[in-house]
Formats: sequence, C-alpha cells, structure tokens
Amino acid sequence: MVGFIIIVSVFILAMLAPLISPYDPNNIDVKAILLQPSWQHWMGTDGLGRDVLSRMLYGGRISLLVGLVAVGIATAIGIVLGAISGYYRGWVDTLIMRLVDVMLSIPSFFLILAVIAFLTPSIWNIMIVIGLTSWMGVTRLVRAEFLSLSSREFVMASRTLGAKDARLIFTHLLPNSLTPIIVSAVLGVAGAVLMESGLSFLGLGVQAPQASWGNILTDGKEYIQFAWWLSLFPGLAILITVLGYNLLGEGLRDALDPRSNNK
Amino acid sequence: MNNLNVSLVKNTLYFICAIFIASCGKPNKDSSDYNKVYPSQTGGMLIDATIGEPSGLIYMVAGESAAAAISGNIFNKLLKYDKNLDLEGELAESWIISPDQKTITFKLKPNLKWADGKALTSDDVLFTWKLVTDEKTRSPYASDYQLVKNAVAPDTQTFSVTYEKAYAPALDSWSGLQILPKHLLEKQDIHTTTFARHPVGSHYYKLDSWTHGENLKLSRNPTSVMGQAKIDKLVTRIIPDNSAQFLELMADNIDSMGLDPIKYSRIIPARPELQKKLALYKELGNSYTYMGFNLKHKPFDDVRVRKAINYAIDKQEIIDGVYLGLGINIASPYKPGTRWSNPELKPYEYDVKKAKALLKEAGFVDLDGDGILERDGKPFAFEIITNQNKEREKSAVLIQRRLKDVGIDVKIRAIEWASFISRFIKTGDFDVVVLGWGLGLDPDQFNIWHSSQNQPGQFNFIHYNNPKIDALLEQGRLELNPDKRMKIYHEFAKVLLEDSPIVYLSAGYGLTAIHKRVKGIDTPAPPAGIGYNSHDWYIPEQLRRIEIGRNEIAEK
Amino acid sequence: MLKYLIKRVLWMIPLLIGISLISFFIMHLAPGDITNNEGAFNPKASEESRQKLRELYNLDKPVIVQYGLWLKRMGSLDFGNSFASHQKPVFWQTNDKDGNVTKGMIQEALPITLMINILGLVITLSLAIPLGIVAARKYTLWQDKSITLFNFIGFSIPGFWLSLLLMYWLGVMNNWLPISGLHSINYESLDTWAKIKDSISHLILPVVIPSVTGLAGITLFVKNGMLDVFHQDYITTARAKGLSEHKVVYTHALRNALLPLITIIGLSIPGLIGGSVIAETIFAIPGMGKLFFDSVLMRDFPVIMGILTIGSALTLIGNLLADLAYAWADPRVRRGVVRN
Repeated sequence: MVGFIIIVSVFILAMLAPLISPYDPNNIDVKAILLQPSWQHWMGTDGLGRDVLSRMLYGGRISLLVGLVAVGIATAIGIVLGAISGYYRGWVDTLIMRLVDVMLSIPSFFLILAVIAFLTPSIWNIMIVIGLTSWMGVTRLVRAEFLSLSSREFVMASRTLGAKDARLIFTHLLPNSLTPIIVSAVLGVAGAVLMESGLSFLGLGVQAPQASWGNILTDGKEYIQFAWWLSLFPGLAILITVLGYNLLGEGLRDALDPRSNNK
Repeated sequence: MNNLNVSLVKNTLYFICAIFIASCGKPNKDSSDYNKVYPSQTGGMLIDATIGEPSGLIYMVAGESAAAAISGNIFNKLLKYDKNLDLEGELAESWIISPDQKTITFKLKPNLKWADGKALTSDDVLFTWKLVTDEKTRSPYASDYQLVKNAVAPDTQTFSVTYEKAYAPALDSWSGLQILPKHLLEKQDIHTTTFARHPVGSHYYKLDSWTHGENLKLSRNPTSVMGQAKIDKLVTRIIPDNSAQFLELMADNIDSMGLDPIKYSRIIPARPELQKKLALYKELGNSYTYMGFNLKHKPFDDVRVRKAINYAIDKQEIIDGVYLGLGINIASPYKPGTRWSNPELKPYEYDVKKAKALLKEAGFVDLDGDGILERDGKPFAFEIITNQNKEREKSAVLIQRRLKDVGIDVKIRAIEWASFISRFIKTGDFDVVVLGWGLGLDPDQFNIWHSSQNQPGQFNFIHYNNPKIDALLEQGRLELNPDKRMKIYHEFAKVLLEDSPIVYLSAGYGLTAIHKRVKGIDTPAPPAGIGYNSHDWYIPEQLRRIEIGRNEIAEK
Repeated sequence: MLKYLIKRVLWMIPLLIGISLISFFIMHLAPGDITNNEGAFNPKASEESRQKLRELYNLDKPVIVQYGLWLKRMGSLDFGNSFASHQKPVFWQTNDKDGNVTKGMIQEALPITLMINILGLVITLSLAIPLGIVAARKYTLWQDKSITLFNFIGFSIPGFWLSLLLMYWLGVMNNWLPISGLHSINYESLDTWAKIKDSISHLILPVVIPSVTGLAGITLFVKNGMLDVFHQDYITTARAKGLSEHKVVYTHALRNALLPLITIIGLSIPGLIGGSVIAETIFAIPGMGKLFFDSVLMRDFPVIMGILTIGSALTLIGNLLADLAYAWADPRVRRGVVRN
C-alpha cells in the first residue's frame, strides 16, 4: 500500500511537471549558480543556475520512462518466449531455455556497457539495451506458469473441446499467469531505474543537457560535500522510487499470490 | 533461544567494530603553521593523482597526457621553454642555425649521463630521431621530425639536422622530443619493449616502482644532468574518479590536483579548514574552447551566417557562467600577451541587432511567426555536439539560449569521447561542434587550418578552405625571422577572425590546488605557468607528512 | 556422482558456444569495420594496427569462417593482445625471447575482483543468515519489519551515492578509513601486521558497500526458506518429539533452509562481476570492472571480448561448483533421486 502511494505520487508529480515546475528546467541563470535551497528554489540551483526542483520533476519523467519502457520490452520478450517455450515444449523449449542460460551467464552490466558504448548512448538505446538484457527472468516465470497451468483441468478441458492454440494461450494461460508477471515487472522497473543512474555515473546514461535523476546525481557528485542539495535530492528520489516499486512488487505478490498466504 | 539470535547479531557487530577499530590508527591533527617562512631544503615527498594510468612511459608512442606528466620528469629534451616562454637549452648547450636557414646544429652539454651511469651522447639523440621517424613506430608526433631530410652526429657532442626547406617550427619541435637511451632500446620493438614500464632517463627523477592500477613512484636521480631537484620523491596515484580525487585532496592524502572553477572559487574559499592547508594557483590555460562550423553543411558556408552567430553569442556570459569569471576572451588562437597574439584584434562583441541584420541579409526571415527563422521554407535549426566535458556542455547550453533569441533552434548532444570522434568528427557527420584546441607555443597551425588537412582523422575536420590562409600558413613555416614571422601570424589571425570559421568562446585559466606544505612556487604564475620550476619546489621538514617522516627514519 | 559431474560438464559446452556467439555478435554491432571505431585522434589507431586487428579477427574472411576461427582461438584461451596498452596480452602472461614476462591484463585484474567479491559474499552471508533467521522467527513482528525495511533501503540506494557519502564521512571528516586505492603509499615499508591492517582498512568500504546492496535478496531468501521449512511435517514432528526450539531451528530447519542458498550464490556471480564496474571506478581498484570499462572507452576490442568470455566462463564454473556443492550437501541429489 505504501509502495502504491509512493509510485502513484511520483508519477503524478512527473506527469504534472510542466504545470507545477516553478521554472523552465533548462533556464540558465548565471547570477544564481549553486544557490542553497530557499523559498525561491526549494531544492537550490545547479552549476548553471538552473532550478533543481524543476529539473528533478522533468528528470523524473525521463527516469520513469526509461524504467517503464525497458521493462516493457523485457516483459514482452519474456512473455512471448516463455509462452512459446511453456506451451509447445520440445526442442523449441530446449533452445529457448539454453538461450536463457547463456544470457544469464554473461555479466549483464558488461553486456549493457559494451552495447551502449558501441551504439552511442541515447535514451532510446539505453531503454532498448536494458530491455534486451533483462528478459530472462520473465521467460522462465511465464514458462513455469504455463507448464503448471496446462496440466490443470480447465485447460485440459478446453483443449479436448478443440480450442485453438492462440485462444488457449490468450484466454486461459496468459490471464492466469499475469500475477507473477506483474510482480516481476514492477520489481524490474526498480532495477532499471537504478541501472540508468549507474550508467549516468559512468557517463553512458541519458546525455546532458536532458535531465534524468541519474545525471543530476552524477553532476552533483563532484560537489557532494558542498552543494549537498545537488546529490541529496536526486539520490533520495531514486531511493524513494525504487523503494516504492519494491514495496509495491512485494505487496502485489502478497496480495495476489495465494501461495504466499500460507506462511 | 531469543538470546542466541541476539548474540549472533551481536557477534557480527563486534566483528565489524573490531575491523573498524583496527583501521583507525591515525588521528588527523594538523597544527603545523603553513604560513611561516621556511628555508629551502631537500627531502620530502609530493603526492599527486592522475585520472588515467599511462599505457607506458615512452611518450612518443604512449601519447596520452598521463604519460606526458610523468615521463617529462624522467626524460630530457634538447630544448625547453623558460619561465617567459623563450627557448633555452636543456640537453643542448647552444644551437646554431645555418645562413640558408635549413640546418640546425645543436651542441650538447658536456658529460651528460643516463641514470644507469652510461654516457648520454649525440648518438642517443640521433637514435631517438631515427626511432620517432621510423615507419614501424606509430607515433602521433612524427610529422615534425619527418621533415628532417638528414640528421648526423659528427661527434659525441654535436647533433645536426637539415631540412628540405626552411622549417620555422623546427626549434619548437625539438623542445618536445624526449631523448631516449640508445644502449637500452636498440633492437627492441618500441611498442612492446619492457622499457616502457622500466624507463631509464636523464632528468631530475627516475622511476622506482610502478604498481599497476595504484601508483607510480619516482625518486631523485642522483646523476641528473640538470642538477638536483629539491623534493626527494614524487608519487602519482591513479584515482580514476574525480570526486574521489577531491576527497583525497581534502583528506590530505594527495598534495595537488587540478580544479574546476566551482571548486576553485566556491568550495575551497568557503571552507576554512581547506583554505588553511590548500594554496590556489591560477595560470593562463593551455587551451581555448571554440564552436566550430561544419563548413560543408549549409548554411555555414555563408560567412554572413557564421558572423551572425558569432555576434549572437555572449562570450562574457560564458566566462561568467561557465568559468565563474576564471577565463578570458580571445580573438586569435594564441596565448594573449605572447608575441604571436595580435593585440589589435578584438573579439566579436555581443550584438543581437547586427546578428539579426546579417541573418536577414543571408535570407533568413521568420515567415510563420513561430520565433524561428526560415530560409527556403526550412527552419534554421541545427545540433551542437560536444564531448562529455562539463565546461563545454555548459557553454553549449548558454549558446543554445542566445541563439534562440535571434531565432535559431539549437539542440545539444554530449557524447562520450570515443563515439564522438569515430561517429561524428571522423565521418564529418555533424553541424556544429563545441571543442577545444591547444594554445601552442609555436604559432604554426598548419594541421588545423590548411585546406590539405581535411582527410578523415586529420585535424581540419571543419573543412576550412581559404587560399589566403593556406598561403599564410605555408609562408609562416618558411620564415625563421621572429619579427617577420610575427607579422605573418598576426595577419593570419586577422583573416581567420574576419572569416569566422569558428567562434572563439573563451580560454579558461588552468586552476590548481597545491598543499601549503609545498614551498617555492611562483605567484602570480609566470607566462610559462607554475610548473616551470617544480624542481625548486621544496617541502620543509616540519610540514612533511608524519607517516613519511617515520619511514625515512626507518630507512636510515 | 561421477556420472552427474560428467553430465554437468558436458552441458556447459553448448552454453559456452552460445556465449561465444553473443560476444561475437557484439563485436559486430559496431557498424562497418570495427577497426574504424577507434578514436581518430588516437595515434594507436594507425593503419598498421588496424590491419593487425583485421588479421586477428580475420575480418577479410566470410562471417562463418570468422566465427569458426574465433571459436578456435577461444578454445585455446588466446585472446590476443590489447592495442591500447602496449600490446599487453589480454588473458595470460607471455614470455618474450629475452625471458621478460609480461603479465596478462585479466591475469592481473581478476584476482583482485575475485577477492573483493568473495569477501563481500562472506560478509553478506554472515549478515544475511542471522538477519533472515531473526526475521523468520519474529515474522510480522517489529524485528521482521525493521529488517525488511532496512533491506529494502539497502537495495534501493544507488551504490555510488552511498559510497561517496561514506567516503566523505569516514575518510575526510573523521579520517577513520582510507578513501580509495588498495594500499597506502608507504605500504612496502610497513611490517607484516601493519600491512594486514593497511589492506583491511582499504578493503572495508569497497567490500561492505556492495554487500549492503546485496544483503536484501539473500536475507529475504533465508527468511522465506526458514518460513517454508517451519511448516514442513518433519519440523512439526521434531517439535512434537519435544526437541528444544533451539535444536529445531539450528539443526533441522536451518540446514534445509540454507541448501537452496548455494544455488543462489552460484547465480549471483555475473551480477557481482558486472557490479564491480562502478565500485572499482570510485574506489580506484584495478580489477575486472575497471579494466572492462576502460577498454570500452578505448574501444580496445581484444580486451572487451576477452573479459566477456572469461567473465561468462567464470559464471559457468561458479554455477557448476554450486551445483556440485548442492549435490554433495543434499543426499537426494547425490543418490540421483532428483534432478537430471
């Protein structure tokens, strides 16, 4: 519940950025460089005199977008491969599962770094690459759900009644395995937000002057002892958002997953 | 039962505490008086830090700045620049230029020695020249030396080079070539030799140890041909992250560090405990920031457009906003105040009216009233690319706003260096760049501006092509008379400014913090910068690090 | 058991081939000829070194042939020489004709990263197991809740942010710990005890900070494992038999709850290796992560390929060891009752 409230408020704030931002996030004020938080600038200003609060709000959109799209891609790939694997089994299943094993054994952060650097870092490349390197968990999950569901009576029944594969998958199997998928997606968004901030730290994240929490934080790290507001607020924003997603994920799991109730 | 849980946790905590206590042995008390006057004395250790580890210490093939900083303490050159930026001999005692201006004969100082005791002779210089021009040697600095038609070492103290035609930058080039020992490098493959990690030089210091990824330790070379440096040991720590480096500086674990303007003028002055122990130095920087147009792309082929943009950018705002006032305007690509910089030239002033008029003249008008100018139905929009350098990024953001004022829509992309070069600069796939060039001590800038230097990988990537400039550059290379040469380059800078292929944004100061225990540093910095006499810097015994004192006792 | 081992090792072969395919694919992601991808201002990118690279990867041959050759070289653990670092061998040391030994880049970096990660794992486990037990024993009570919250926060903090804060607090303000690096400048002149102290103090931050972020997962795992086990029949039986609670928890429940942990540790290896990039950059540690990041920035392809392959192979070996340990610890697997 706490997680849900956190995430919804973060989203509302980011969505309303153009309405509630006190300043244009890119508006430079050479006379107001590195001002402490005050009534004019609630979160102070950065090295170019830009309002940190406004940049945080706009940056939140980017950070949340990166998280959502990356996980969207991963989940889509995971569902498709997992469904194929779990429904058709046989050699397709073996092949996909081996691919999962291979992907799991390559340190994924290395993979992401290499690919992003070779493709030139941009917000789209970052989302795609994070997505392409984090679908394995979902695949395994969906496959496991499908395997256990297909032996249940209602699935067997519709199969004997001659239901088509697609119908079976979309009306019975998929809806019934949604819970774990959603939980893992929510947890995945948390990971992706952290990943973006890590990439920003290395200079391969969302590129300036576009703001993301990751690169506001990275900008601030040089002055962490002096201009504490530059790193504290984005750091907290990432922490709270990731915390929110994690709590939400755990909460959803407890609420939706009957198996966790028996504890 | 419950107790057991608690004791488990407790034990773990005890364990951690034990480690903590074990590790905090040195309280940080700092009662030394840094402001007293101390007599010059030898000994002590100076610690600085580098972001990147050198790939090797043979500068002609290593090439990166991390290597230059260290190898410059180990190897000598024939000539060097003195504190006022005039050339003087380093290994060379004197030099003579032949009447036809094609031959330079260097006379080496007597009794030169390598750190291993072997004699350093003109044979070593000849060997070094052969090495740098050898086609198997992949050196970025070879081109200057390849112009030498013939080099000879008639006796152990004489080295003489003859050029095809007079080459004015020649002397400057001999202040850049670090002389290597023939007896250790002959028959070695320069690219794989272990000498790169175990160098033997002739300068003030020699390499004691190199711990991969951690540090390089240099100690005084007792047989140095230049006399003896004051400080005993130089340690360079490898600290890849800038913020970690600054933390180390604050914690007094390194003695010096290059600063950005914010640290220089905001952070350190605001903290008494830092001010107490760190001295700040400001010197004219070695580079300038510019905005360069891709002259092959329309509409940048139109000089009116380039000039309009030049007028539309407020350079003072960049100096104030990006450099916090720690920079200067320039109007020619030379250090202001030096001979080559033309004092009559003035930077384009910030003048929106002129900018708008010029744009109108070039055919740009805002027909649809959206605030952005159009020509032939196409809005005037372009992308500025720059590498990930804070100052350049910020300059670009300021430019973006000023150009918006005159109706030009600018986007900005900051790109990681390797991609930046390979994807954009090399392929010519860019509109406008914000980058930096060095303010060289020799005025020759053939590589940057001559129309022949525009192949992929060469430096004229903006494709500047001006016959007048080409002629001046060629002429300047042939003229050895300093006064005539000066006139040529004053004219060159004037034409360049008028033509505006790049917009000079600013030349930032070089900013350094050095611990106050280090004495003997010139302030204010002379034209050559504070480092010119670093061998005379000293650390009074009372101010040395405590741990080091202990070591020295242990060593004795 | 032996049969299982052989089966398990053979099973690694297709995985290795898959890994080689992916790293081969990555190398070809760089558009055009990868040899063009170096910095134009980088003198090391001369035509000659490019030609060398083309030969190294046989770029003039058809893709299939290239892949076959790459596979062959990988099989003999020959990853070539770095072109950004004076042709140092990528993987293992080589001797030149004069008997000079040049250490391999991975050879130098790997032990450091391994040491830090193993120490980190030890710390994580020694914290996570007690915390997990407490959380399970006090399920839904305040102890459980505060442990969960602490874990979530640990997991959600950007590691580099926490690192910089702690570096400032412990290293600058209080001067309790060194800030970065592996050794003090005067390390060589210290006596043995001081050397050990010095090394430990340098390792505390880089080892502890990643452990805090890794703690959450394992604690949760231990807790859930314990909770599951508590509901098993044999525990109920044990309790019914009147065994002390202490004995029930620490001999019966813990053992069974910890078994799956072995597998989790095996699976966490790639994450640990990958996560070392940021920590090693901040703390100035010359390990695998730092090496990989530098190589990516320099476009040093031989090193990138070498690290990707070696890193993945390590993961496979780690998983193998974990499975063997599991088999050894779980009699059912040992006797071939379950799994494969």
